[in-house]
Amino acid sequence: MSATTTDAPPPLVLLPKRRGVELSLLIGAVLISVYGYAEVGLARNGAVPPDAAGYGAGLGVLALLAHVAVRARAPYADPLLLPIAVLLNGVGLVLIYRLDLEPVLGAEGAPTQLVWSTLGIGLFIAVVLVLRDHRVLSRYAYVCCAAALFLMVVPISFPAINGAKIWIRVAGFSIQPGEFAKILLALFFAAYLATNRNALAYTGRTFWKLQLPTGRVLGPIVTIWLLSVCLLIAERDLGTSLLFFGLFVVMLYVATGRTGWIAVGLLLSALGAFAVGAVEPHVHARVEDWLHPFASIEAGDGPNQLAQSLFAFGAGGMLGTGLGQGHSYLIGFATKSDFILSTVGEELGMAGLTVLLVLYALLVARGYRAGLALRDPFGRLLAIGLASILALQVFVIAGGVMDLIPLTGMAMPFLAQGGSSVVTNWIIVALLIRLSDSARRPLPDAGAW
Amino acid sequence: MIRYIRRAAACCLVLLVALLINTSRVQIFQADSFNANPANRRAMIARYDQPRGDILVAGRPVTGYRETDDQLTYLRTYTQGPLYAPVTGYVSQLYGTRMLEGTEDAVLSGTDPQLASLPLWNEITRARQKGGDVHTTINPAAQEAAFTGLGDRTGAVAALDPATGRILALVSTPSYDPSGIAGTGRDVNAEWARLTSDPEQPMLDRAIRQTYPPGSTFKVVTAAAALESGKVTDPKAPTKTPEPYTLPGTTTQLENEAAGCADATLLVAFTVSCNTVFAKLGVDVGLKGMVKQAQAFGFNDHRLRIPPSVAPSNFDTRMGPDQVALSSIGQFDTTATPLQMAMVAAAVVNGGELMSPYLVDRITNSNGVTVAAAAGRLLHQAVSSGTAVRLQQMMEAVVTKGTGTNAAIPGITVGGKTGTAQHGVGNKGMPYAWFISYAKSAAGQPAVAVAVVVEDAEAVRADISGGGSAAPIARDVMRAVLG
Repeated sequence: MSATTTDAPPPLVLLPKRRGVELSLLIGAVLISVYGYAEVGLARNGAVPPDAAGYGAGLGVLALLAHVAVRARAPYADPLLLPIAVLLNGVGLVLIYRLDLEPVLGAEGAPTQLVWSTLGIGLFIAVVLVLRDHRVLSRYAYVCCAAALFLMVVPISFPAINGAKIWIRVAGFSIQPGEFAKILLALFFAAYLATNRNALAYTGRTFWKLQLPTGRVLGPIVTIWLLSVCLLIAERDLGTSLLFFGLFVVMLYVATGRTGWIAVGLLLSALGAFAVGAVEPHVHARVEDWLHPFASIEAGDGPNQLAQSLFAFGAGGMLGTGLGQGHSYLIGFATKSDFILSTVGEELGMAGLTVLLVLYALLVARGYRAGLALRDPFGRLLAIGLASILALQVFVIAGGVMDLIPLTGMAMPFLAQGGSSVVTNWIIVALLIRLSDSARRPLPDAGAW
Repeated sequence: MIRYIRRAAACCLVLLVALLINTSRVQIFQADSFNANPANRRAMIARYDQPRGDILVAGRPVTGYRETDDQLTYLRTYTQGPLYAPVTGYVSQLYGTRMLEGTEDAVLSGTDPQLASLPLWNEITRARQKGGDVHTTINPAAQEAAFTGLGDRTGAVAALDPATGRILALVSTPSYDPSGIAGTGRDVNAEWARLTSDPEQPMLDRAIRQTYPPGSTFKVVTAAAALESGKVTDPKAPTKTPEPYTLPGTTTQLENEAAGCADATLLVAFTVSCNTVFAKLGVDVGLKGMVKQAQAFGFNDHRLRIPPSVAPSNFDTRMGPDQVALSSIGQFDTTATPLQMAMVAAAVVNGGELMSPYLVDRITNSNGVTVAAAAGRLLHQAVSSGTAVRLQQMMEAVVTKGTGTNAAIPGITVGGKTGTAQHGVGNKGMPYAWFISYAKSAAGQPAVAVAVVVEDAEAVRADISGGGSAAPIARDVMRAVLG
C-alpha cells in the first residue's frame, strides 16, 4: 500500500468479475462435448444419437447451475476453472460412451459416470455455496488428517479388486476412499505447514549445507506421510503413493523454500523405490515393462497393455482416426479408466492430445495463479497443493501410458471412468474457485494484510 | 513464498514439456514402427473391416463374403470353391494368400491407389476405399468341362485362347475348398493341417506349379526344331532312322511302342509317335538348336507371371548327345507344366506366335469403372508361320488317324499330340497320361489350345493311353470353348 497523506480513502481497485466470459466459455465447452457425442454416433451408426439433445441439455443445465452458484457466491472466481472442468468432464463422458460401443470392454460405463458427474457437480455447488471462507478449513487440520487416514485404512478390510485393495463396495457402487483422502491430506499439509513453516525453515541444526529442522516440528508430518505411504503400499496402489509423496515434497518446498527438503525427499524416494522394487515383484515388472515395452512380443506372448497403448498412440498419428474409428479396445482391461488417454491419442491424434494436456496445464496454472494472489499462507499452500495434485496425477498417468515413466494405476482427472475420482476432482475445482475468488475479491479493509 | 511458488510452477511446466515431447515421440517419430509391428492387429482389422472385392468369371462373382461378429469382421467365401481354387487361390486370416487372392490383393483389399477416384482426398480423410473387382479370363464352361472330365483322378488342365493368351481354364484335381481356411479358429487350424498333410496335395496348383516329364508331347518341340533348323525340309521324306536306335556314345537301344517306325517320315513318326525318329532328330539338331527351340516355346523361363508365378518348365542346357536324344522325346530332365504344353499347342495353331498367357482380363473399382485392362502381348515368335503350318498338319493327322482320334470333334479342325509321364522314384508312381491339342473355329481361326495331364494306371502303355484317358477331356474342353 502506498502511503498517502490525503484524507480520502484509498481508491478501491475493482477487478472485473468476468462471469460473462465464464458463461460463454461454458457454452462452448458444452457444445464441444455434444459435438463429440454426435460424432461418435455418426462414425459408428451413421446417425446422430437420438439422445444427443437431451444429453447436451443435461450437461448444459448442470453447467448452468454451477455457473449460477459461482456467480452468487464466488463472483470474483477465475473464469477459466469451471469451463475447463466442464469440458474435460464432457469429453470424458464422450470417450467412455464411445468405448461402451466396444462389447469386449464389458458393461456400459457412461450412464454410471454421468450419475457420478452429476453428483460431483452437485458437491461442487454445495462447496461453493456453503464454504464462504477457505480459512475456516484450517481449523479442521487434525480432523482432516484423521479422516484421511481412516479413509485409507477402510479398504483393507474389503476384498481386493484387480490386485489392489483400494475399493469399498456400497450398494452396488465401488468407491475409492483414497481419492477423497487426497484433498484431506492436502488440507492437513497446508494447515500444518502454514502454522509451522517458520519453525521448519529457520530452526534446527545445520548439517553440511543442509539445514535440518528440529524433530519436534518435523516428527508429526513425517510420521503421517510415512504412514500413508506404507498404507498405500500395503494396498498396492503405487500411483497414489507416488502422488502423495510428490504432493508432500512440493508443499514442503513452497512452505519453507528449503532446497534441502527436495534433496531429502529425493533421497527418501530413491530408498523407497529401491526397497519396494526389491520386495514387490509387481513393481519390478512395471519397471521392466517401462524399459522394454515390447519384451512380451519378442517372447512370443503377444503385446502387453503398455505395448497396445503405444500402438494406439502410434495409430493416431498427427490428426487421429476420428472419434469412434480407432481400435484402442485392443488394450483390453482398464481401457476406459487408466488407459483412457490412449483412446484420445488414437482417435483425436497428437493434435487433440496436445489440446487436452494444455487444458490440464491451464487448470494447474490457474490454481498456481490463485496461490500467488492469495494473501494468507494457508490459502496459498492449499491452492498450490490442490493444483499440484492435478498436475502430478496427469503427469504420472499420461507419462505411464506413453512409456515416459513406469506405469502406475491412476485416474486421468475428469476423463477416466471412476466415480470417486470425478467427485474428488469436482471438489478440488470447487476449492480452487473459492480460493481464486478470495484472491481476486477486493478487500473490505484493505491494509489488514 | 512467491518465489518458491514460481519455481514449483516452473517444475510443472517442465513436466508438461516432457509430456508433449514424449507425445511427438510415440505419435510421430516412432508411429511407423508401431504401425508396422506384426503384433499390432490394426492392419489386419482394417483389412477385414470391409467386404473384399470379388473375383469374377464371365461377369459372375465366384467369391463372396460373410459378416461375422469377430474382430476380423468380413470373411471370404467361395461359391464354387474346389472348381475355381486353382484360379482364385485363397485368402486366409491365418495363412496368408495364394494365386489371384495374393497377386491381386491390393486391388481386392482396396489399398491399390489406382482404385481411388480422388487419390489425395482419401489420404486426408483416412477413408478406406472399397475393394476392387478382378475379372478373370476364365471360360466357365471350359473350366467345368475340365473339372468334370478329371473327376476323381489326379490331374490338371490348362486351356488358352491362342490368339490372345487369355487363359480359359485352369484346373487341378484333387482340389480343395478355400472357404474352409478363410477364417480363424480351431476348425480352420484343423482344416489347414488336413490339407497340408494330405498326400494327394489338394492345394498344389498343378496346372501352373507342378512340372511333369512331357513325354511324347514334347515331340512337337523337337519337330519344330527339326523344321526350323532345316534338318527336315519335307515332312513326307524318310528320316533314315534305324530301329532300334542306339543312343550316341552308348550301347543303349531305344525302341518304339508303335509299329512302322523304321526309316519313317516325320509325318508318320509324329502321327504314331516314334521315339527313335525324334531321338535321332534331336541329336541331329544338336543341343544348341534344341535349347533355342524349347526356350522359344517358353521353357526355362523363371519370370513368367499370369500374374501368379508359373513354375519354370525345364530343358537342360548342358547335356551329352545321348541325353539330348532322351530329352528330345520328353524324358531325362525335361519337365513342363500343363500351362507350358498348352502354350506349345497355342503357338503352333497361332501361326508360330506365342502370346503371353494371362488370367486377369480387367480390374474395376467399386463403382464398376474399369481402371486397368489387359491386352494380348507377344511373348516369342516360337516358329515361322511356314513351320507352324507343317506342325499343324502333323498334329491334325494325329487326331484324324493317329494316337489322338479320341479328341476328334466332327466338323471342327483339331490337332493334338499324346504323351506319357513317368514319375516317382524309379518310375514307381502311377504314370500320367498327357494330351495337348488345339481346335480352330469354323472360320479356320485359332480358337483354343489345351493341355491335359491325368493320372492313369494304363499309361504305361504310353501314347495309346494318352489318347485314351486325356484326349476325351481335352475334346470336352475344346467343345465347351467352341460352344
